[in-house]
Amino acid sequence: MKLSTTILAAALVAAGSAYAESAAPGDVQFDDYGAVSESLTGQPGDPDKGALVMKTKSAGNCISCHQIDALSDAAFHGNIGPSLNGVGDRWNEAEIRGIVANAKHTYPGTMMPAYYKVDGFTRPGNAFTGKAPEGALDPLLSAEQIEDVVAFLMTQKEQ
Amino acid sequence: MKFNAMTAVAALMLAMPGAVAADPDDDNLVINGELEMTTKAPLPAHMEEANMDQIMSGWHFRSDETQALEMDDFDNPGMIFVDAGIDQWNAVEGSEGNSCATCHEDPSSMKGVRAVYPKWDEEAGEVQTVAMQINDCRENNMGAEPYGYTSGEMANMEALIALQSRGMPVDVAIDGPAQEMWEKGKEIYYTRYGQLELSCANCHEDNYGNMIRADHLSQGQINGFPTYRLKNAKLNTAHGRFKGCIRDTRAHTFDPGSDEFVALELYVASRGNGLSVEGPSVRN
Ligand code: HEC
Ligand code: HEC
Repeated sequence: MKLSTTILAAALVAAGSAYAESAAPGDVQFDDYGAVSESLTGQPGDPDKGALVMKTKSAGNCISCHQIDALSDAAFHGNIGPSLNGVGDRWNEAEIRGIVANAKHTYPGTMMPAYYKVDGFTRPGNAFTGKAPEGALDPLLSAEQIEDVVAFLMTQKEQ
Repeated sequence: MKFNAMTAVAALMLAMPGAVAADPDDDNLVINGELEMTTKAPLPAHMEEANMDQIMSGWHFRSDETQALEMDDFDNPGMIFVDAGIDQWNAVEGSEGNSCATCHEDPSSMKGVRAVYPKWDEEAGEVQTVAMQINDCRENNMGAEPYGYTSGEMANMEALIALQSRGMPVDVAIDGPAQEMWEKGKEIYYTRYGQLELSCANCHEDNYGNMIRADHLSQGQINGFPTYRLKNAKLNTAHGRFKGCIRDTRAHTFDPGSDEFVALELYVASRGNGLSVEGPSVRN
């Protein structure tokens, strides 16, 4: 697996205890509908950190495509994907984890990028430099960040 | 669930006072109060399967303030670069003692050129862009150094040449010997590049009119190139733009002037067949 050491180190410091080894992107089990039942880290995520991942341009940047009232403190929400208001009523945790890890299992051909995938790309680059990558690719988000986003989205209930 | 686009737009506008509605507008582009531009046109026949019902200039997707800058040549910052292009046109450079004017006299001799390029060059046996033709003249007729493909000098010269065809319909040929390059360009247009796995079509065919963060997506037409962008305060070439858009998919881009980008330019230009040549246009 390819979690960068800085992310791992940060995770260790933040948690104050060692995480069990996270599932590598290639080992994640999607069911026939694209859901992933097991936590990628074996731990519950932190919804506050998930909110930050979703609005930070250099992290998930989810609001570039999705509108969501709970993050209205961040300017400019896009409208490429559906609004995520109340998304926790529409999907269960396993389904949301699957969509965030790799939405292409749930929605074949979707424009939404796969956040926990490291191969099978056409001309992948070295981040946003336009150059060829220097080694193996990291996933767009770490296992921990994905669990944080899942935890945040599960708090989005309107009913 | 039933997502409703209007509700989302309304919600967005409530959340962000001052936000603009996302659809392209119905304004008319008239330059200098006299030159009426065609900024919306029927789909070219080769686009019958495309997920859209008409073609539109990127002008329709910009704010009223940005649009206004293109409506009067005194306000269009691109015209300053046209002036620089005129100086380059008349400058003798290289070992042969020639300038562009030596062979072509006045820039008005370039009327019609922008509208039909890229096009097949029989002598060279390849599809040529305006930039390739400019450098061909510099190297072979002037004995001068070629301009960098996306350099300021190249953009100036392209702006001067585009201006001569302003208002004429884009009309690039996609059949005959150009067809192979055109097919190659089409394939590139629909390929999902980079770690974000996005194609040109994902943004500019399936989502034009929508917002991607603060950006209002247009159809990614190149009838307005070279384009003066407020964002970087310079004239931008089409290949420079292609490179930026592919880079934004976290991809390893192609090089300006590469066969891939020449093919892509031919294909994208043909998606604008029927729109007016607009260069130098103004965008944000
Ligand atoms: C480039 C655009 C894009 C980005 C970036 C993006 N999404 Fe999506 N997302 C979509 C689209 C489009 C859909 C709808 C699926 C479809 O029909 O293709 C979707 C669907 C979803 C859904 C299901 C929503 C529902 O109500 O059914 C969730 C949940 C979701 N996205 C979460 C996220 C999160 C979390 C991120 C960031 C980590 C993210 N998305 C980033 C485009 C995007
Ligand atoms: C992730 C989304 C995305 C992808 C993928 C993308 N673009 Fe763009 N493109 C943009 C944005 C945002 C702009 C600026 C707003 C606009 O004009 O659409 C833009 C602008 C352009 C423009 C300028 C249009 C004008 O009127 O000035 C051209 C040309 C263009 N893109 C071509 C392409 C081509 C060709 C590809 C594929 C190689 C491509 N784009 C891929 C997002 C994208």
